[in-house]
Amino acid sequence: MTEVAPTTTKPTSRSAWFRGFSQEVLMPTAVLLGLVGIWEASVHIFEIPVYLLPAPSQIWVECSAMSNVILKHTLATLHTVLIGFFVSILISIPLAVVLTSSRGIATAIYPVLVITQAVPKVALAPLLVIILGANEIPRVVITFLVAFFPLVIASATGLMSVPHELIELGRSYRISLWQELIRIRLPYAVPMIFSGLKVAITLSVVGAVVGEFVNADKGLGFLIVSASAFFQVPVAFGALVILSLMGVVLFQIVVVIERIFFPWSAESAGNSFM
Amino acid sequence: MIRIANASKVFTARDGNSVHALSDIDLSIDENEFVSLVGPSGCGKSTLLRLVAGLMPSTSGSIDIDAVPVTEPRRDTAMVFQSPTLLPWASIEDNVLFPLKVMNVLDPTSRGRAHELLSLVGLAGFERKFPRELSGGMQQRAAICRALIHDPSIMLMDEPFGALDALTREEMSLELMRIWTDHPRTILFVTHSIPEAVLLSDRVVVMSPRPGRIADILDVSLPRPRTFAMEGDPAFQATAQKIRNLIFERHD
Repeated sequence: MTEVAPTTTKPTSRSAWFRGFSQEVLMPTAVLLGLVGIWEASVHIFEIPVYLLPAPSQIWVECSAMSNVILKHTLATLHTVLIGFFVSILISIPLAVVLTSSRGIATAIYPVLVITQAVPKVALAPLLVIILGANEIPRVVITFLVAFFPLVIASATGLMSVPHELIELGRSYRISLWQELIRIRLPYAVPMIFSGLKVAITLSVVGAVVGEFVNADKGLGFLIVSASAFFQVPVAFGALVILSLMGVVLFQIVVVIERIFFPWSAESAGNSFM
Repeated sequence: MIRIANASKVFTARDGNSVHALSDIDLSIDENEFVSLVGPSGCGKSTLLRLVAGLMPSTSGSIDIDAVPVTEPRRDTAMVFQSPTLLPWASIEDNVLFPLKVMNVLDPTSRGRAHELLSLVGLAGFERKFPRELSGGMQQRAAICRALIHDPSIMLMDEPFGALDALTREEMSLELMRIWTDHPRTILFVTHSIPEAVLLSDRVVVMSPRPGRIADILDVSLPRPRTFAMEGDPAFQATAQKIRNLIFERHD
C-alpha cells in the first residue's frame, strides 16, 4: 500500500488565517464601504435633491426615526417569503421525483410547468387577489410561482444525474424503488437541490415583493409603494436596502445549512461556486 | 456452478432497429473458477455479465446458477463496476456495509467484518474517511470490500481496474489474486487487458463483436501463485499472443 490519500491543506498559521480573513471579509467590506462613501459624497458635491437620490446618511436618519414601523413591515415580508419558500420546497421536490419517475408523466406535466413560468406573475397577481381574497394567500402563491420552477428543474436534474452504475448497484441487491429513491437518488441529488434552493430563496424575496405591490397593507413592498406615493424617498430606499439584505442573509443561511448538514455536498466539485 | 446455454440478447433501439448484443453463448463456469471475458468494445462482455447478475433477462437461451434459472439478482452474487460507485455521502465503513443495510441483515458483527475486509485490502484506519478523501485505487479497494461483505460465492467484475493508472492496476491485480487465493470463490472478470486476463484467470473467454459471441476459450496453464515476472514466460506469451490473434483477425 504505497498510495497516499489526497489531503486537503488547511491554512494553519496565523498569517495564512489573516490572509484568508482579509480576502473573504476585509476586502469585500472595504469595497462596499467605499461605494457607500462615494454615494454619500456625490449627493453632497452635486447637490442632488433628496427626492431623486437621498444620501445614505439621510436614509439612515429617516429610517431609524420610524424603526418600529419598518421592523413590522420587514417581519411581514419575511413571513411571506418563508412560507412561499417552504411551500416551494414541499411541492417542488416531490414534483421532481414524479417528473423523473417516468417519461410519460414528464411529457404530460412539463408543458404545464413551462406555461406557469411563461405567465407574467405581475399580471397574474391582481387576478389571484380576486380569486383568493385580499389576504396573504395570493402573496404566498405568487412567491411560490416565482420561486418553485428553478427548484423543480434543479432537483429533477440532480435525480437524473445519478450514474447508471449506482442504480445497477442498488438493483443488484434487489432494493425497492422506494429504497432506491431514499438511499441513492435523493442523496445524490442533494448538491443540485441546494443550488436550486439558493436560487429559490432569492426569488422568494422577489415574489413576495411583487405580491405586496399588488395587494398588501403591510410588508416592505407595500412600504416602498406608499412611501414613494408620499415622496418619502429615503424610506423607500431604506426598504430597498433591507430587502437586499434579507435576500443576502437568507441566501447565506441556505449556504450554511448545506455546509453543516451536507458537508460532502458543499465540497462536491460541481458546486464550487458559492 | 454457472451454466449459460444458448443465451442470446437482442436490444431494440428507439428507432425500432434491433441490435444483437449476444448470440448463442454457451459457457460453464465451475465453482471457485476464475474466468475472464476479453474482447473489443461492443462484443457484449458487459452484457453477458449483467445477464449472469440477473440485472437483465436474456432474449433466448438459459442462464442457471447451481441449477436454478437466474431471473433476478441473487443474494450470493456481487457486482464490482469500473467506477468505484461509492456513495459520496457515506463513510468508507458505511459504504462497505451498504449491501447488508439494504438487505436488512446488518447485525452487531457486521462492523467488525467490514473492518477485517478493509484491513485485508490495506485500508485499515480509513473506515471513517469519505470516498473523496481516497485515491481512485483505494476507492476501488473499498468497492471490492463492499462486494465481499455478504460473502457472495460469485463475484462479477466489470472492468474493475479499467479506470486506474497502469501501476495501480498491476498492484490491484496481484491483490485480487491474493484475496481470491485466501478466500476462493467464483469470479467472472471482464477486462480489456490481455496480460491482466492471462495473469489472473484459469480460463480466458475471447469474444468477438457484431453479434457478440465466443471466439474461443483458452486454458491458462501457468502455475499459481502467479506474478508479473511470468509475463516473460513463453507459456504466458503464447497464450497472450493467441488471444491477440483471435481478437485482431476479426478486425482485418
